[in-house]
Amino acid sequence: MRTFLILAFTLLLNQLQAQFIPGAPQANPIAITGATAHLGTGTAIEDAVITFANGKLTYVGAQTGAPSLAGHTVVDASGKDVYPGFIAMDTRLGLVEIDAVRATDDIREIGYLNPNARSLIAFNTDSEIIPTVRNIGVLVAQVTPDGRGIAGQSSAMSMDGWNWEDAAIGADEGMHLHWPRDFRMTGWWAAPGGMKKNEKYNEQVQSIQQYFDQAQAYAKTADAIDNPRFQSMEPVFAGKQSLYIHASFAREIEDAIAFADRYDLKPILVGGQDAYLLKDLLKEKGISVVVGPVHALPQRGDDLVSQPFETPGQLHAAGIPIAFSVGGAWEQRRLPLNAGHAVGYGLPYEEAVKGLTLTPATMMNIADRVGSLEVGKDATLFISVGDALEIRTNILEQAWIGGREVDLRSRQTELAKKYKAKYTRGE
Amino acid sequence: MQRHYLLLLILSLGFCSFALAQGTVPVTAPSDKRPNSYAIKAAKVYITPDRMLENATIIVKDGRVINVGVDANIPAGAILVDAGDKTIVPGFIDLMSDYGQPEPEKPKRDWNNPQYQTKTGGPFSWNQALKSEYDAAAHFTTDNKRAEALRKLGFTTVLSHRPDGISRGSAAVVSLSDKSPREVVINERAAHLMSFSKGSSTQIYPGSLMGMIALLRQTYLDADWYNSYGKKEVTNLSIESWTDLQSLPQIFAVGDKLEALRAMKLADEFGKRYIIKGDGDSYQRLDGFTRREKFIVPLTFPDAYDVADPYDAQMAGYADLMHWELADANAVYLKKAGHQVAFTLDGLDKDEKSFFERLDRVRGAGMSDSELLAALTTTPADFVGMRKDLGSLENGKMANLIILDEWPVGKKSKVYQTWVSGEPFMLAPFNEDISEGDYRVQVGDIAYLMQVDAMGKAKVRVRADSAFVDAKLKRTVDRIALSFPSDTAKGAAVIRLGGLVDAKRWYGQGYDATGNWMTWTAEYDGAKPADEMSEKKKDKPKSRSQVATLPELPKPFAPYGTLVLPKGEAFVVRNATVWTNEDAGIIEKADVYVVNGKISGFGESLKVPSGVKEIDGTGKHLTTGIIDEHSHIAISRGVNEGSQESTAEVRIGDVVNSEDVNLYRHLSGGVTAVQQLHGSANPIGGQSSLIKLRWGHTPEELKIEGADGFIKFALGENVKQSNWGGNTTRYPQTRMGVEQVYEDYFTRAEAYHKARQAGDKSVRRDLDLEAIAEIVNRKRFISCHSYRQSEINMLMKVADRHNFNVNTFTHILEGYKVADKMKEHGVGASTFSDWWAYKFEVWDAIPENGPIMFEQGVTVAYNSDDAELGRRLNQEAGKAVQYGGLSEEDAWKFVTLNPAKLLHLDDKMGSIKAGKDADLVLWNAHPMSVYARADKTWVDGKLYFDRADMKKRQQAMRVERNRLAQAMLDEKNAGKRTKPVEGHGGEHYECDSIH
Repeated sequence: MRTFLILAFTLLLNQLQAQFIPGAPQANPIAITGATAHLGTGTAIEDAVITFANGKLTYVGAQTGAPSLAGHTVVDASGKDVYPGFIAMDTRLGLVEIDAVRATDDIREIGYLNPNARSLIAFNTDSEIIPTVRNIGVLVAQVTPDGRGIAGQSSAMSMDGWNWEDAAIGADEGMHLHWPRDFRMTGWWAAPGGMKKNEKYNEQVQSIQQYFDQAQAYAKTADAIDNPRFQSMEPVFAGKQSLYIHASFAREIEDAIAFADRYDLKPILVGGQDAYLLKDLLKEKGISVVVGPVHALPQRGDDLVSQPFETPGQLHAAGIPIAFSVGGAWEQRRLPLNAGHAVGYGLPYEEAVKGLTLTPATMMNIADRVGSLEVGKDATLFISVGDALEIRTNILEQAWIGGREVDLRSRQTELAKKYKAKYTRGE
Repeated sequence: MQRHYLLLLILSLGFCSFALAQGTVPVTAPSDKRPNSYAIKAAKVYITPDRMLENATIIVKDGRVINVGVDANIPAGAILVDAGDKTIVPGFIDLMSDYGQPEPEKPKRDWNNPQYQTKTGGPFSWNQALKSEYDAAAHFTTDNKRAEALRKLGFTTVLSHRPDGISRGSAAVVSLSDKSPREVVINERAAHLMSFSKGSSTQIYPGSLMGMIALLRQTYLDADWYNSYGKKEVTNLSIESWTDLQSLPQIFAVGDKLEALRAMKLADEFGKRYIIKGDGDSYQRLDGFTRREKFIVPLTFPDAYDVADPYDAQMAGYADLMHWELADANAVYLKKAGHQVAFTLDGLDKDEKSFFERLDRVRGAGMSDSELLAALTTTPADFVGMRKDLGSLENGKMANLIILDEWPVGKKSKVYQTWVSGEPFMLAPFNEDISEGDYRVQVGDIAYLMQVDAMGKAKVRVRADSAFVDAKLKRTVDRIALSFPSDTAKGAAVIRLGGLVDAKRWYGQGYDATGNWMTWTAEYDGAKPADEMSEKKKDKPKSRSQVATLPELPKPFAPYGTLVLPKGEAFVVRNATVWTNEDAGIIEKADVYVVNGKISGFGESLKVPSGVKEIDGTGKHLTTGIIDEHSHIAISRGVNEGSQESTAEVRIGDVVNSEDVNLYRHLSGGVTAVQQLHGSANPIGGQSSLIKLRWGHTPEELKIEGADGFIKFALGENVKQSNWGGNTTRYPQTRMGVEQVYEDYFTRAEAYHKARQAGDKSVRRDLDLEAIAEIVNRKRFISCHSYRQSEINMLMKVADRHNFNVNTFTHILEGYKVADKMKEHGVGASTFSDWWAYKFEVWDAIPENGPIMFEQGVTVAYNSDDAELGRRLNQEAGKAVQYGGLSEEDAWKFVTLNPAKLLHLDDKMGSIKAGKDADLVLWNAHPMSVYARADKTWVDGKLYFDRADMKKRQQAMRVERNRLAQAMLDEKNAGKRTKPVEGHGGEHYECDSIH
């Protein structure tokens, strides 16, 4: 039965795939005129001119002062909006195709200590899910393994490419540590119970600490016997790789930050559902936060009903840099909506855009290439008919990744066409 | 006095048990029949909870009270028991006891190999959890050790049953003496016990609370059928026992307050009345109990959480915090509402020894002394119809009584004797007390001053000018032992004295410091005024909740509950952009006028009577409330019965959870009505419940009056258990099998209906087939979980063959492939906006699905299937514009008018039209905007959600949470036991969750 399913699935893939060919390298300079350019830096320019050549941005600014557009392919985007490619943080894009089909699932390695697991090499550039997120503006993703303990390394990947090597923008940019849970849910999905204190919390925290101690000692030992897991930790201690700590309750967050302090590391907090309770600490330590889904239920029954919607605005107001994540793979099509929802609850609009662009790029140390519309950076951007954080106007007209034009069709758009054709024919 | 005590002690040693024994047991030794007539005198005798005589005597003969009074004539030959200044009350009765019953087996369930048939041998029920044949009397054995523990707490009688199963069979009233079962079982069939717990049953059905209710409902019907017809065909001893038990009191053990309401509703259906054994929280939903009910109430009061650590403290469940403070007032709330209350020890386990302290707390919460005593005596006796014999000390009653130091009892109260059926059990001598105060101790020529404190600790001043030394003082019945150092210096020789107590004077012999044997005495010298003593003894009762401040309770007893339910006053919203969902379309700057919960009219500059509340809608949007066709919020203990291929008999309406905070959260997203659907584990699931989000009201009040009946069907991977992993043995395992299940059920349901219609009463009423027959007869409507076009088409063809229409395909992610066929069949679609890729059968799901179906003329709704998504269906509607290019007006109907149509509610809801329900939402922006917030949500013209008020409620909860935490800290600091914090998660279900 299962074999049959896999076979049928493979056939389907073959049948509908391959028509979305990665974009060709940019041949001619391109100019986009008349649009509102949301730079990703927290500001926007109305009636802007954006030019790019050889895959790099050559001008971003007002009409006055713009270079001559001679030789450019000019795209009139008057009344429209241009954004740097959105960046999805902490996602399983390309690591899983169908959640329930185990054969398509490469999101989690066995065990608790997998610093040497690299999402990069499992990344499937031909995932049918990818076209469905880039056509709402997600052009870069932090492809991240899931798990408990040390889950492995994430990479910043372009949403268009022939293979993982050329899709990588920031290879192995981050290490992901899932902090032990202070409280855990009891029951199971069909009969959820209450939350109980994790009696082993301290023990688990200590074992992580022990592991980091050993890894750090290993890094300092010149003649140590090869240990691939510890070797993978060296860039973390050397400050060459971001340390992402996934934690949600207040105690977890606080402990995680103190833990990182021991190793002189400045972690990036992921999830951080209770981060709004620790604003002073986060600010003082200069921690930035990949905010867990805005579209989440409050953690506690008597929390503010709208707390998850308000958290990004509250963190920003406290001076804490934020990025957005919705977890999962296909769910990333809701990413702009998550940011937009936070705008409805107090986050300034351009800051929401920044949380989808420059801030995550900075976290992943790829801000020299992507994350904002600034001269010299990759021409990774898109034109939307209107506000791209708003549902009804997040409709992409054109998108480029490093100057290569992206095919905005997907398996889904083609299926829609196919069956519309049926009704048009009246069959 | 003491002499009588000793006499009694000797008399009662062992032989007494023969005194009353008649009957069938051969006498195998020289007979030893003894006098069994007593006269018991005490300072206070409570004949009933309301009638107390001072200095009265109870005459007992052959185990019964034959006379009681101040001047009761003491018959010749009666043994006199003088209890002095003590108090006598009737013996306590516990109706929820497993005393003398064998322990039920611990169920070992094998999830990988579900057990579909019963494992009980013999001609019993098909369902292992129905154990009505269990006969508690037949299995009863006397357990004197346990009986003694209960007697120490004042209990003389219990209703004994085995707590195992949904029907637990009969319960027997037994006396707590040490005799044989023949003598102590005084009513072998006193009650029928039931519960919402499968107990030791390993059978998979029922797997949910609604399944248990359905099983009971079917059992009532089966019993009728069996007795009239079925007995000729089959033998079912469980049903025969069930039938016999029906004439007895029915006691139903429930897990919480809502289960109490559910049990009572079930009882109503069959003309029964249940005595409810609650779980201590019944007070939280008092408004649900509309009649005078009978409750058996446990004294389980939760310990305080250890909230010293603020990180733990903030995780504590809010309702749990509130309950902690009010738990000891449960019985008081019930009494004040006019219900009858009996107490039980059930649930106390090791805390049983604090029984008196707990009674004292209930008293502190406001229960009167006589109510307290009634709850332990007359009321439980009444509940099991045994007032003739039990519960009081009137003439003719069984001589079950307690001799104790005071009534009402306090933490330190002491039971001296418990009499069971006229037989005394000595627990403590009447007087082993040593009075607090000063004593003059004379040992030979030397006089000492001794001081005894309230705790009985003694110290002696060895010389007139010396300090005190600690003495050892012990009284055993009437003997006293006293020793103390002869001097303050270390190593001083110890004076050791022994002797007897005679009133306030002690006397005897002992060794002085030098070892001389000599006489000693001690005279009491420090008597305190009697009233001062009793004043001191009766400390103020300790309860967390105090009488004067017994508070009004939030409705529901949950976060964001409210003391005051919203009232339906007339109002007009002015100058809003009104989305009518009617021909008038979207009108800018219009007014909507609401009277009596209905929309009265709309238009520009509406004239309304003066005094009508005006709400400024300038710059805002007014729409009808969002309706979610597919929700699983507010459901208790399982959304899937799922254990059989059809469970059409189960009803979500039986398990509506009015306390789920997700109801309030949904209001905050502009949702006013939802269909609560059964899960998708089986081809034919359970019946839906349609509710409005009337936050604060009881489950029954949430239900939409006069709504049509709906039922969940499901196709595809879930019902064929594709994602179950290894062992799957239930039919069907393929889509081929799913069709055959439907064919079979519809065919059988048709035959069933025909036979029943023809009046053939020998055809057993089958609630499963009955619900399916309703579908065929177009009286119940299908909402079918579906993904793949093949099976969607299949179900429509099955329906065609059986001459009915499928009402709704829910999920319907490949609907876009067969939209034309759906249109032709007349079925609606309730789908997701953009879900896909979570399982293989949704690989072809596309976000254009809704719009394509819509364009083909299908009625399309967007649903949530998820407590989180349910709060922002307004945004989901926007996706029909984003992905499908629909007009905003049409898209908005996806979450309002169209689901109303699919649920047959569009005559009352879904558009702004005079006469329709005033289920309205005022948005701060375009309702489909990602930036929009629902500022106000009305249901039936009542304002159930107001954003500003929400913030106020949250502030108030913060204050209250802190107050309760402080109180818990006080308890911790006072050395009371605490427990680790537990929280409440975001309890919610998705029928399609697979992880």
